[in-house]
Amino acid sequence: MIYSLCLLLILIGLYGVVVSRQTLKIVICLLIMDHGIHLLLLLIGYRRAGAPPIVDPAISIAEFAGGAVDPLPQALVLTAIVIGLGVLALMVALCVRLYERFGTFDVTEIRRLRG
Amino acid sequence: MMSIDYQTLMPLFVAIPLGMSVLVQLVARRQRVLAEILTVITLLLLALMSCYSVGHSGIYHLGGWPTPVGIDMRLDALATLLLLAVNIVGLAVSLYSVDYMKLFSARSHFYSLFLLMMAGMNGVVLAGDLFNLYVFLEVATIASYALVAFGCAHEELEASFKYIVLGSLSSALILIGVALVYGITGTLNLAHIAARIAENGKDIPLLLAFGLFICGFSFKAALVPFHAWLPDAHPAAPAPVSAMLSGVLIKAVGVYVLARLAFNVFGISANELGLLRWLGLLSMVAGGLLAVGQKDIKRLFAYSSISQVGFMVLGLGLGTPLGIAGGLYHLVNHAFFKSLLFLNAGAVEYATGTRNLKHLGGLDRKLPVTAATSLVGSMSIAGIPPFSGFWSKLIIVLACIESGYYAFAAAAVLVSIVTLAYQLKVQRMAFFAVLPEALQGLRREPPMMALAMILLAMGCIALSFAVFTGLREPWLVGAAAQVLTAGIFGN
Repeated sequence: MIYSLCLLLILIGLYGVVVSRQTLKIVICLLIMDHGIHLLLLLIGYRRAGAPPIVDPAISIAEFAGGAVDPLPQALVLTAIVIGLGVLALMVALCVRLYERFGTFDVTEIRRLRG
Repeated sequence: MMSIDYQTLMPLFVAIPLGMSVLVQLVARRQRVLAEILTVITLLLLALMSCYSVGHSGIYHLGGWPTPVGIDMRLDALATLLLLAVNIVGLAVSLYSVDYMKLFSARSHFYSLFLLMMAGMNGVVLAGDLFNLYVFLEVATIASYALVAFGCAHEELEASFKYIVLGSLSSALILIGVALVYGITGTLNLAHIAARIAENGKDIPLLLAFGLFICGFSFKAALVPFHAWLPDAHPAAPAPVSAMLSGVLIKAVGVYVLARLAFNVFGISANELGLLRWLGLLSMVAGGLLAVGQKDIKRLFAYSSISQVGFMVLGLGLGTPLGIAGGLYHLVNHAFFKSLLFLNAGAVEYATGTRNLKHLGGLDRKLPVTAATSLVGSMSIAGIPPFSGFWSKLIIVLACIESGYYAFAAAAVLVSIVTLAYQLKVQRMAFFAVLPEALQGLRREPPMMALAMILLAMGCIALSFAVFTGLREPWLVGAAAQVLTAGIFGN
């Protein structure tokens, strides 16, 4: 059920990318898509009523592995967030430069390349 | 002489260009010459390392952590083939950009981004871990987004924006696929994923993940109908960047990963092979037909790239050893001759200031090296014996006939004729027509650009000798094809 909600968030972002007429809105909707995917990745590692994945010397390793949430997707999501940050910085820089060149944020007016 | 343990070389393929990318920014920001020297030396080192890795294979555990816990890098014959293509073409392009980038400012940023792209591509080729593959894929493509927009002119910014939006979408699809695969198999190591999939079979979520991977990596490889970014991004980028993008990037992060995941990790079934075949056919035909009417040289070559990637994916989609060998041989050939053709188009643009075929002509006397190497490249891509393109296309057509797909074989032959048509169009209009008034006072191409083009042309000619070891087992390509036909990874 919750995975479907993540998918819904991803699809909302995708819809926004397809429909938006302004470059910055496209960037924001790509960000929404990224948030949805990171949430999906995190929730795959989730365990209901699970403990935080910090080892306590008191309990055995097997018990710990049986009770804690999976820490690997958390590491993956951290990496993915940083990658998303890099792409966001580049996209916003491009939007600014596009505005300087074309004088508009409207994607339908930035159409010099044809054929 | 002390022999170098090849396993220590593997992380160096990524670490050296990554470190030099930072070093170029720190040390060489003011002195352009130092940046150029560092870049060329780095790429020479990488090319020598990839030549040394021929015949070796192995697994390197990052940080010394054993396999289930740690991240692996795998070197096998297929990775060796791609490393050779990526690094040798990268060396030629770096030599070329020493002179070509005189047209641009902020050159230390260019070399830094270029080295970052090389690090990313080497990382993708050597990756043994699914998420590591995704990270290096992103490193390479983010560097290429910035490189496409490098000149900050109108076209370049528009092309880069289109590229970045579509590229981010495809990376998002790939990440969803990675999430699903991790959720189902519980591991990210490619060999372990392959083992789990072999045990449990491919049920619906894994098929969904595989479908997402096919969509995502087809975007990166620019297969039709996922090709919309390529005809804008490749012409708008500076010529050395176009050569790298069209020559190696779409193949190292597109076709190679598609082949690796399809054959070695997921295990491909007949339906999925059919899907690859049809994608290949569609790309071949659409790319070829759309290329014929283009007036801009680089846009024509960009559509031609789409068409040739279609050939490769058609060869891979046949699934037989001969077909896979043909697809991989065409991949390496295309790396060399498409980069050469883009470097030629760049030399023409450097000398004349225009890419429009209607305003060019008679350049065979003004730019002799460009004209000669362009002839080699054109004859290779059009498939004229005895050049390399003829052999790879012949292998693909024979493999189609051997598997019984006569219609695909006929389409491949027809698209080859169309390829010949548009290459002859470029040759005639750019090089052999009458020199127009406006171009009378041209200088010859600068020496580094000529050297780079000659290097790639020699590579094209050398590749045509690769079939001397047999049509079924071209040199190096046969071993690489065996990696794919061996099926799912053993441990």
